[in-house]
Amino acid sequence: MTRAESQRLARLRPKLERRALVYHHTREFFRKKGFLEVETPLRIPEVAPEQHIVPIGSEGWFLSTSPELHMKRLLASGYDKIFQFGRCFRRGERGRWHNPEFTLLEWYRQSGDYRQMISDASELVAFLAERLMGSRCLHYQGQVIDLSLPWLEITVGEAFHLCAGWDPVASPDPVRFDDDLVGLVMPGFPKDRPVALLDYPAALGSLARLKPDDPQLAERAEVFIGGLELANAFSELVDAGEQERRFRAEIEQIKCDTGRKAAMPRKFLRALGDMPPSGGIALGMDRLVMLFCDAASIDEVLPFTVDDI
Amino acid sequence: MDIEDIKKNMKLSIDGVPYNVVEAEFVKPGKGRAIYRLRLKNLFTNSTIDRTYHSGEKVDTANVTAQEKQFLYKEGDHYVFMSTDTFEQVSVPEDQIGDKKNWLKEGDVVTVLMLDDRAIDVTVATFVNLKVVKTEASSRTATITAQAKQAVMETGAVVDVPVFIHEGDVLKIDTRTGTYVERISTKK
Repeated sequence: MTRAESQRLARLRPKLERRALVYHHTREFFRKKGFLEVETPLRIPEVAPEQHIVPIGSEGWFLSTSPELHMKRLLASGYDKIFQFGRCFRRGERGRWHNPEFTLLEWYRQSGDYRQMISDASELVAFLAERLMGSRCLHYQGQVIDLSLPWLEITVGEAFHLCAGWDPVASPDPVRFDDDLVGLVMPGFPKDRPVALLDYPAALGSLARLKPDDPQLAERAEVFIGGLELANAFSELVDAGEQERRFRAEIEQIKCDTGRKAAMPRKFLRALGDMPPSGGIALGMDRLVMLFCDAASIDEVLPFTVDDI
Repeated sequence: MDIEDIKKNMKLSIDGVPYNVVEAEFVKPGKGRAIYRLRLKNLFTNSTIDRTYHSGEKVDTANVTAQEKQFLYKEGDHYVFMSTDTFEQVSVPEDQIGDKKNWLKEGDVVTVLMLDDRAIDVTVATFVNLKVVKTEASSRTATITAQAKQAVMETGAVVDVPVFIHEGDVLKIDTRTGTYVERISTKK
C-alpha cells in the first residue's frame, strides 16, 4: 500500500463510520415498519432496457443496473413489503455525484403508490437525522436544510413552467427536458428543504403507471435534497402488455442510437402479470450518506472509487 | 474521441482552435441522458468558455505538446527556437511571445507549447539570469536620496534594481513579477 493511499483511507474513516451508522439505522427503520430485507442476484441475463442506462457485461450476462426486476418478481409471488441495499453497475457514470459501481436502496409496498413512497422516504430521512444528529436540521455544504415533514411537492409541469418557461407535458422533448431539468429546474428549487418533483410526462414514465385520470402523466416522482437527485419513485406499472410495448420501444431506440442489442426481460414480464398494484422507490445510498457526511463528492464516502481500484 | 473519454487537462480542437479542458463535470438525471459540462481555455487567447455535450457526441482532440526548446536568435519580428534533441527549428512571431520577450536570452531553454508543428505559446523559466547593459552610475548622494534605480537588461527589459548595481553585473530576475531577486555576479 502506498503512503498516499494509507493516508487517504485514514482520512475517510469518520465518514465511513457514519456510513455504517446510516446503514444500521436504515435497517432499523425498515424492520420497525415490517419490511423484509432481501438480496437478489447481481449477475443477471437481462437488465431493464433503458436508453440512458448502459449495463456492464459479464461473460455474456450483465451486472445488475438496479434490483428492480427481481424485487418485482418477489412482489408478484406475494411478498408485500421488501427492501434491499442493491449494488448496481452502470457504464460510464463517473463524476462528483457518480461512480459506475454504487448502491441503490430500493423498497416496495404492495398496494402503495408513488405518493406513499415519497412519504416513506421523507420519514426515513427524518428518522436518520434524528438518530444521527438528534434533530431534523441538516447542515450540507454551507446550507441548513429543514427535514420537517411533509416535503414540498411540485409537479413537473409547474416546475418547468416556473423555471424553464415551457410545458414538457403538452410538448414532450426528452433531450431538452434533461438539459433544462439539470440546468434550470434543479437550480431553481428551494435550497433549505427537500423537494419532491411529481407527475412526469408519460413518455418519461419508464416503469411507472399512467395517471388514471390523466394519461398524459405518469405516476413517477423524484426527490431532490441539497442539489442532489436522491430518489425515484413509481406507482408501479403492472400491465405486462404495456410494459412490453415500452421495453420494445426502448430496445429499438437503443439499437438505433448506439447499435447495442438489449434483450427483453421475459421472466420479469411473465411475473408482472401476477404483481398486485404496488409502489416502489430507488434511493441513492451513497448520496444519502453524502448528505449526512456533508460530503461534496461521492469520493468522500467510498473507500475505493473506480479510479482507486 | 467520444465525449465520455474526455478528462481534465486534455486538449481539444474546436473549429481549428486548441482548448485545454480546465474542468469536466459529469451530470446525469438518473434516467436521463448524460450531460458533460466542460470549461475550456482557448490556448491562443487564454479566454475561457463553457460548453455542454451529451453522451454519444464526439469531439476532436488537439495534438498539443509541451516541448523543451532552446532560444537561438531573433530574426526580423520572429523568434527562432530549436529542439535540443531533434535540432528542428520553429519560429514564433513576436506578438505571440508578448512580454515574455523581456526574459528571452539567446541560448536559454524554454518550454514551447506546440499544436502539431506550430508553436502556440512559450513559457520561460520562473527565474532567469540577465546581464545589466545600462544603468546610471550611483553616487554617494544618490544612495542617500534613492534606494532604487532602473537598469536596462541585455534583453531590453527595464528592471528596478538597488543602487549598488553596476553595468555588467548579472542579476537574477523573477519573470512572474519582473522584479530583481539578487545579484549573481559582479562585472569582472
